[in-house]
Amino acid sequence: MESLRVGIDIGSTTIKVVVLDHKNHIVYKSYDRHLSSVSKSLKRLLERLQAQLGNQKMKVNFTGSAGLRLAKYIGAQFTQEVISATSALRHYVDDIDVCVELGGEDAKIMFFDGVNVEQRMNGTCAGGTGAFIDQMASLLDTDAAGVNELAKDYEKLYDIASRCGVFAKTDIQPLLNQGASKKDIAASIFQAIVNQTIGGLSQGRRIQGRVAFLGGPLTFSSELRKRFIESLKLENVFMPENGEVFVAIGAALEADGDLMSVQDVSDKIAAYRKQYKDNLRKKLNPLFESDASYEAFKVRHHNARVEYVEPNDYTGNAYLGIDAGSTTTKMVLLTDDDRILFDYYEHNRGNPVDLVRQALQMMYKQLHQGITIRHAFSTGYGEALIKHAFTLDGGEVETICHYEAAKYFNKDVSFVIDIGGQDMKCFKVSNGVISSIVLNEACSSGCGSFIETFAESLGHKIEAFANMAVKAKQPVDLGSRCTVFMNSSVKQAQSEAASSKDISAGLAISVVKNALYKVIRAHDVTAEYGTDIIVQGGTFKNDAVLRAFELETGIEVTRPAIAGLMGAFGAALIAKASAKEECSSILDAKGLDDFTYSTKRATCRLCHNLCALTINIFNDNQRYISGNRCEKGAGITQSYEDIPNLYLYKYDKILSYQSSPTKTYKKTVGIPLVLNMYENIPFWQPFFDALGVKVIYSERSSKKLYEKGQDSIPSDTICYPAKLVHGHIESLYDQSPDFIFYPNIPFNFHEKDYADNHYNCPIVAHYPEVIEANMDHLELDKFMQPYITLGDETKFITKLLTMLKGVLSVTKRELKYAFNKGMKAYLDFRETVQKEGERALVYAQEHNLNTIVLAGRPYHIDPEINHGIPKMIRSLNVVVVSEDALNHLANQNSVRVLNQWTYHTRLYDVARYVGTLDNVNLVQLVSFGCGLDAITTDEVKEILEKNNKLYTQLKIDEISNLGAVNIRLRSLLSTMKAGVHRG
Amino acid sequence: MAELVQQENRLIFTEEMKKEYTILVPQMAPYHFNFFVSAFASEGYNAELLRTDDYDLIHEGMKYSHNDICVPAMLVIGQFIDAIKKRGIDAKKVALIITQTGGGCRASNYIALLRKALEKSGYPYVPVISLNASGFEKNPGFKVTPRLLHKLHDAMLFGDLLMTLVNQTRPYERYEGDTKRLLLEINDEMKAYFNHASLFSWRRQKRKSKDIIERFKALETDKTELKPKVGIVGEIYVKYSPLGNNHLEETLEKEGCEVVTPPLYDFFLYSFDSGIYDIVEYGGSWKKKQVLKLAIWYVEVRRNKLRKMLKNAGFEASVPYKKIKAMANGFISHGAHTGEGWLLTAEMVDLIEHGAPNIVCTQPFGCLPNHIAGKGMIKKLKKHYPKSNIVAIDYDTSASKINQLNRINLMVSNAKRQQMKD
Repeated sequence: MESLRVGIDIGSTTIKVVVLDHKNHIVYKSYDRHLSSVSKSLKRLLERLQAQLGNQKMKVNFTGSAGLRLAKYIGAQFTQEVISATSALRHYVDDIDVCVELGGEDAKIMFFDGVNVEQRMNGTCAGGTGAFIDQMASLLDTDAAGVNELAKDYEKLYDIASRCGVFAKTDIQPLLNQGASKKDIAASIFQAIVNQTIGGLSQGRRIQGRVAFLGGPLTFSSELRKRFIESLKLENVFMPENGEVFVAIGAALEADGDLMSVQDVSDKIAAYRKQYKDNLRKKLNPLFESDASYEAFKVRHHNARVEYVEPNDYTGNAYLGIDAGSTTTKMVLLTDDDRILFDYYEHNRGNPVDLVRQALQMMYKQLHQGITIRHAFSTGYGEALIKHAFTLDGGEVETICHYEAAKYFNKDVSFVIDIGGQDMKCFKVSNGVISSIVLNEACSSGCGSFIETFAESLGHKIEAFANMAVKAKQPVDLGSRCTVFMNSSVKQAQSEAASSKDISAGLAISVVKNALYKVIRAHDVTAEYGTDIIVQGGTFKNDAVLRAFELETGIEVTRPAIAGLMGAFGAALIAKASAKEECSSILDAKGLDDFTYSTKRATCRLCHNLCALTINIFNDNQRYISGNRCEKGAGITQSYEDIPNLYLYKYDKILSYQSSPTKTYKKTVGIPLVLNMYENIPFWQPFFDALGVKVIYSERSSKKLYEKGQDSIPSDTICYPAKLVHGHIESLYDQSPDFIFYPNIPFNFHEKDYADNHYNCPIVAHYPEVIEANMDHLELDKFMQPYITLGDETKFITKLLTMLKGVLSVTKRELKYAFNKGMKAYLDFRETVQKEGERALVYAQEHNLNTIVLAGRPYHIDPEINHGIPKMIRSLNVVVVSEDALNHLANQNSVRVLNQWTYHTRLYDVARYVGTLDNVNLVQLVSFGCGLDAITTDEVKEILEKNNKLYTQLKIDEISNLGAVNIRLRSLLSTMKAGVHRG
Repeated sequence: MAELVQQENRLIFTEEMKKEYTILVPQMAPYHFNFFVSAFASEGYNAELLRTDDYDLIHEGMKYSHNDICVPAMLVIGQFIDAIKKRGIDAKKVALIITQTGGGCRASNYIALLRKALEKSGYPYVPVISLNASGFEKNPGFKVTPRLLHKLHDAMLFGDLLMTLVNQTRPYERYEGDTKRLLLEINDEMKAYFNHASLFSWRRQKRKSKDIIERFKALETDKTELKPKVGIVGEIYVKYSPLGNNHLEETLEKEGCEVVTPPLYDFFLYSFDSGIYDIVEYGGSWKKKQVLKLAIWYVEVRRNKLRKMLKNAGFEASVPYKKIKAMANGFISHGAHTGEGWLLTAEMVDLIEHGAPNIVCTQPFGCLPNHIAGKGMIKKLKKHYPKSNIVAIDYDTSASKINQLNRINLMVSNAKRQQMKD
């Protein structure tokens, strides 16, 4: 008899085994989650196998990412998982065109053509797959199967960032908070996975023909398959039997090594475990040397607390603070002498309105006639929603609330760091004013909820998980970049048999390092922020995190006992301070009982942003609209149209360069509305017009347009403005111009003599190359991408002369004329923008308004790239000016970094100029993935701080969640004219 | 004690410093940098190559630099600060040297980032020397004299030579460790070589090269079973530095491959050539153009002699610069010369056409030029060369090794299968 063949597939979250006989029939199979320990689960699996098969000799083959090292160590055969999947597919069917396989953390696509197979795996920056669904499921308070159930009757799909789990989370959380239906969110999560697979992996090849679906998520989630089928318009889908263990089947088919018994394998693995136990890759020092040091630590932190009082023992006034955070809802009711009458802390698990209502009901039950609520304030993400729903007296930005609360514990507080469920806030205080605010960007928001999600995925409650860390002997070093990477690092630690204890401690240390080195970017905390540090937020309730913070900074900090309630406590203090004679307008117990709440969704069509609105309806007739960027969507009639806004101005201006509808043209040229074109169109349109060529533009950017081109994007970590180019080019081809013109321009205009050089960024300079190399499904003869310079007339003319040959007959003379015409128009445009910038400043002064210089790049005027932030700022009654409208006014000095990019020189200039103005602050817009901005942000910050100005950075990507942006801007504004924006 | 002198917002490296200070050199290309240091030493500088190889020193880099800056910057900064802090050298008698390419890539800014990091970490008095061909930042105590330049040129030639020889020999050595031993032996001898001070030492260079090639040839090898060839291309630091690429060369050899790494000298010629391109296309000094042309011509004359020697001894030699340049045609314009630019694409074409269709394209996470010339070109390459087998690997401060390994493993598995089919 021929020997049996065994395929063991150890993936990132599951372990699968298949045993085949000589006829390739499955004798045995199993599929399990391995939770924390790979080697433990493997041991169990082998025991079961032995019970089934006894001690016969077999061929064993390993596959899967977590099996790689193990197989190497024990000297067993190993087949890479994509190869395994391919061979299994070949075995069952031979007419597959494309295979999509989603695993725990890997996504793969295989394209079959004839004998060749082209295989792709997701890059290192592409989390979300099976583990992504799990993570999202816990946000919806269900599991993967539950998400599938929910998705069955969805009505509407939301845009959820598909790049990685952290981004998606920032999109989903506000949707949940705004009361969007879980059904819709569930379907949107699946859609996000589909988009990611297409955007990240197809890279120019279309997924079409007969398509096979493999892997756990695609096997178990019917709705995920449906989203794929609908999105890709698939007609011929292959779903293998045993799809969940398909890769293991492939490994078994490929098994071709030495014969061994299950016992042999077990013995070797035991040896492996032993070795790796004492040989973990990177070890960190334990958090506590001994139990005694932990006790001392607990005693020390016990001192920072607020007194409580039973409602029955108190009569008098009370003040309420509600903090509707992103993942938790908190409430504090204070007495006149700052004792806590009632507090509440709960995870959101969906809609915060319901939660707050329950909490209020709970509170009213405990109160009695002698207690009067005088004033009530809300704060946090849901500030406005809660304020409207329960008719509170006011709301305050969360940063201010936290400062108030921190002052209560240490009036000399110099620095507050708050790590909440999903956001991290830190601010420095000097002279009693918040002087610099740091909030985490979307890409590092894996804070508290991240530890929690992890704890749950490893099968622990968060409290127990935190306690484990305290006892860890050798915390694992998990790095500090972002959740997705930590996922992989944990996976690696697991495959090296690290214990949950050590992982828990490692996570705590990573969160702290993230906060210190990534968000605050403090190399020496005490030197920069002083020693009066207050730490707070739910995440610091975790002793391991607190300890890691103290160890990493080398100082002892204060953690108030109510660390998780600080926002609400601060809101209550503010409510108290601003209390008036009359009672609070908050809904009373009766009002709460009658309270009804429903939501409706709509899309605002008043401008190009097309905001997805959630209309919250209270008590059948009161409405509160959320999701809007500007006042229009909110149905507010007050108009801010008069307030100068350079972003809107420039965008309209650029689009006003249109060819004449009456003139007869010789040819048409298509120009994409992308990157540097947002600045150079004032040159190109008049230039081509003078040559008798009609200019047509690609359609305006939108998510739809992006999706249209996303399958030809070769690099998934490039910035969003570059990714959008693909859609624009598609859109131009749809309009079939005679030719499409998109030049490479390595050198920009030489605007300043003192600048070291005048490069464009590498992406702006060379993106046309990428288009030509990756969009070959289009007629590339039409696509012109010459290398040109606008700085040298003669060189320009020579280049254009050769280039336009064959398309258009032009003479040198005509070109010269056109060039000069274009150049004049361009210079006029720059001057007009500068004039408008100056006018804006004058306007602000005359009307006593604050001004924000929103500093970015020319292409940031695209509303799809800036997500309507300029409009949102305007609706806060603020003048918005762009960097290129004021830079000419700056004192011309060189900066410390190599000053060699034209657009960046403008940034440095405008930062210096802002330093000289009152009531003007600079906010820098940074596109995710912009490598150059890693340099410019530091420099701009330094320039501003030298002039005692706050630095604010907004990181933007595909995501369009403006909650965090709103908080930052309002915090910033509150420092500009304290008091004006309260309430 | 040498005085600190500030000029144009930076500390300059004075002549006294040359006498008193040790210049720390970061490790980038292990085959070459040894010789660079020997060349410096022979010119009277106390130069020391940093050999620290622990990935943990990246933490020092992360502490003092922006988190989104690329891995090479963090590693280099980390390696420097770690060296100053931990190694018991007098921080007041240390200077650092770093190359500055001056292109449109952010790498040109490393020097500024390094200075910021030094300030933040409490060493504002440590001067940093820029080694560049663009004439940035002059220092009275550090002058690239014609003689030093020529020695660096020699160092580059020998580095490339040894890299080629080792890569072609080690996978097939009969006695494990032979190649390494020979490499160390030669490294030792080379110190004396650079002490010889003649500007026109090409005869010696030729003799020495011949000697080295023969000694490698003499090593016993077993080439009955040829291993799949895997090329390494990418961003210059992670391409060559084992610290940056998690010892990629070693990993690939362990997986049973023969590694082909394109020569470092091509990158420098490419940089010169880019200067010529810009002058032709966008205007500039005619004289500078001629000097650059002459430099390329001269280097190629020297390299051609080496190529011939290698071939005569049965080794494979790199293709001439002109040829490699032509290989970019049809894929990417020579105008795309930010970072590694078209050279990166051309190297992939060269590898594919010369028996190494299996390629690891390395880049730091978020590397801008590689979005264009690396990842951006893979599809086009695949279309022209269906057998090409390219994997793009991102290197990051905390990217997990297992993910990298898994992807490399896929590429190697495919390479082996393809080789069996052929």
